[in-house]
Amino acid sequence: MYTQALDVQGPDAAVPVDEQSLAQRFQARVDREEKIEPKDWMPARYRATLIRQISQHAHSEIVGMLPEGNWITRAPTLLRKSILIAKVQDEGGHGAYLYSAAETLGISREELIDQLLSGKAKYSSIFNYPTPTWADVGCIGWLVDGAAIMNQIPLCRCSYGPYARAMVRVCREESFHQRQGYEIMLRLSQGSAEQKAMAQAALNRWWWPALMMFGPTDAASTHSSESQQWKIKRVSNDELRQKFVDFTVPQAKFLNLSLPDPKLRWNAAEQRHEFGDIDWSEFDRVLRGNGPCNAERLAARRNAHAQGAWVREAASAYAEKQRRRSESCAA
Amino acid sequence: MDEKPHWPLYEVFIRARAGLDHKHVGSLHAVDARMAMEHARDLYTRREEGVSIWVVPSAAISASDPAEAEALFEPARDKIYRHPTFYDIPPEVKTL
Repeated sequence: MYTQALDVQGPDAAVPVDEQSLAQRFQARVDREEKIEPKDWMPARYRATLIRQISQHAHSEIVGMLPEGNWITRAPTLLRKSILIAKVQDEGGHGAYLYSAAETLGISREELIDQLLSGKAKYSSIFNYPTPTWADVGCIGWLVDGAAIMNQIPLCRCSYGPYARAMVRVCREESFHQRQGYEIMLRLSQGSAEQKAMAQAALNRWWWPALMMFGPTDAASTHSSESQQWKIKRVSNDELRQKFVDFTVPQAKFLNLSLPDPKLRWNAAEQRHEFGDIDWSEFDRVLRGNGPCNAERLAARRNAHAQGAWVREAASAYAEKQRRRSESCAA
Repeated sequence: MDEKPHWPLYEVFIRARAGLDHKHVGSLHAVDARMAMEHARDLYTRREEGVSIWVVPSAAISASDPAEAEALFEPARDKIYRHPTFYDIPPEVKTL
């Protein structure tokens, strides 16, 4: 159940069991592929790791509405506009599912929003890049959502029940996002020379940031081993990145677009694509808040939150008035 | 930030189509049941996932405690005679 507000009818006195045997029992459950549910005992670090990961994921969905929202009023046709609105609405929905999942771990929605707005919480570095052309919207769907799906499919089997269930729903909805993006790229790449150049320029902008979405290399990843032991993370960053490259190269070829990596080549012996080195200094810079749009994105969220304050207040006041009225009728 | 009291949590249940039970799909925050219903529609039925919605204040649900799961559910484990497969019926006997 997706809630921590449940009125649990607890036993009068719980049997005292020491932390270590609880931890062993917990790990045994995880090893047996049992799901962990909100009211179950869990190690404090498991809880903290999940809160961090799920909330970062939720923030990414919410901030992720901004780069594409930029194009809603300028989408080239009414159909493209309807599609983009539906997609951006889905991202908002995904944020809401994920915030709910994080809340089951004992953190409030207000705290979560506050962590985003204060800049304390991180979100995916990819959303700090701008969308100067319509082809960027295509690249977001094709590459950014494609990379997100690759990351999220193993999360559907994550040991924490509410997170896994949210991811199943998200993945089901996300597949249209990637396909509509690829279709935009397909249309542009078959269009005029100018449209094709626009598609290529956008691909050049998004390719490397998309590869960075899988996070640091396995050697440099600080959170991975514990997360793998707990079956929060089931596939390593490097494995997922490789899979993404192998999937995407033929898709780019079909578009007749080239990927901006001179070192990219097929390794027949290993049955995989080799690719060039990622500029991790750029990743660190964007993650630390110095990407092209970090300030703009946070300012947009803060502004939206501040401008919506009167709506939240009015809704609360109205609900309170209705409640009092129905009480006085009953009395 | 607002200092208003937090909006209560509601659990959302959806009937996918007539003939099926309402099934828990998730939760959301709302000021009242009406807003919970409107948000549930936007959040959980964007692709015709249902024909009916229930929203229930989470605080109104009483749940069993996982720590008591053994005491609650284990007594049923040794009552295998409650299952039809417990009974040995010769194969020649049909429609039983």
